[in-house]
Amino acid sequence: MEDISLYILDLVQNSIAAAATLIEVSVIEDVQNDKLILSIRDNGVGMDSQTVKKITDPFYTTRTTRKVGLGLALVEAAAQACDGGVYIFSQPGKGTEVRVEFKYHHIDRPPLGRIDQTIAVLVACNPSIDFVYTHIAPAGRLRFDSREVRQRIGELSLDHPEVVEWIREYIREGIDEISGGGGV
Amino acid sequence: MKSLKELEEIRQRALESVNLRKERNGTRVVVGMGTCGIAAGARPVLLAFLEEVKKRNLQDVIVTQTGCIGVCRLEPMAEVYRPGEEKVTYVKLTPEKVRRIVAEHIVNGKPVTEFTIGAADEQ
Repeated sequence: MEDISLYILDLVQNSIAAAATLIEVSVIEDVQNDKLILSIRDNGVGMDSQTVKKITDPFYTTRTTRKVGLGLALVEAAAQACDGGVYIFSQPGKGTEVRVEFKYHHIDRPPLGRIDQTIAVLVACNPSIDFVYTHIAPAGRLRFDSREVRQRIGELSLDHPEVVEWIREYIREGIDEISGGGGV
Repeated sequence: MKSLKELEEIRQRALESVNLRKERNGTRVVVGMGTCGIAAGARPVLLAFLEEVKKRNLQDVIVTQTGCIGVCRLEPMAEVYRPGEEKVTYVKLTPEKVRRIVAEHIVNGKPVTEFTIGAADEQ
């Protein structure tokens, strides 16, 4: 994957497959501690501790069509290459949190990339799921909550093309503002 | 800066237009969003479909996602379902190819054979 926003798009697919109705994505730029932290938290079916232990193994998957599951294995390799790691917290029936840490200033750390596109694609393709995106940077904070959008648009669906476009621009402008337009 | 107030204006405009996209039995475009698809460029492909649908105001076209379609080496892939017609699977997509597929297949009903899985198998 070229950037972190693509890893996020991939990891959220696991939450969707776990029948989540609320998916919270956070990006925390903890520059003071030299960490870039991603968190994907969902209220899906969750996993027992035995499954959690196996989940980053590329040859472990719950699906039956193929015998590989590369998403978490790939992000773990990328994080470990940047002195970071993947931490998974899950409870059956409650949901899962996948936390990925990168060393912020590591030369191999992928850039954040177009998180506005990732969130827009997720909302457009899954209008019945609610997404919350929080981005905490040294210069400020951005929060997007699709439940607030729903309240405003009434009977319109979240996948209405103009609504999707608004979401994309809202996040892009918000990130530009807190990162000074320089990218993360 | 974008404001939530603009969403109310979008809602108002959409309500005033006759069609509220309630009928969901038109064309369906399904883009493969497995790890393989995402790594190969499925996101810009899906965004290109969304952009074309918006630009052309195609009210009865739904763009959605699925997991790995099954032939990872041919990603990014998308399947187009038109009512009463056979499914068409497009492979090795790019935003440019998407624009042609929307114009020729989704709008004018003529599949772009050269981008289909059948054409890729012949190569």
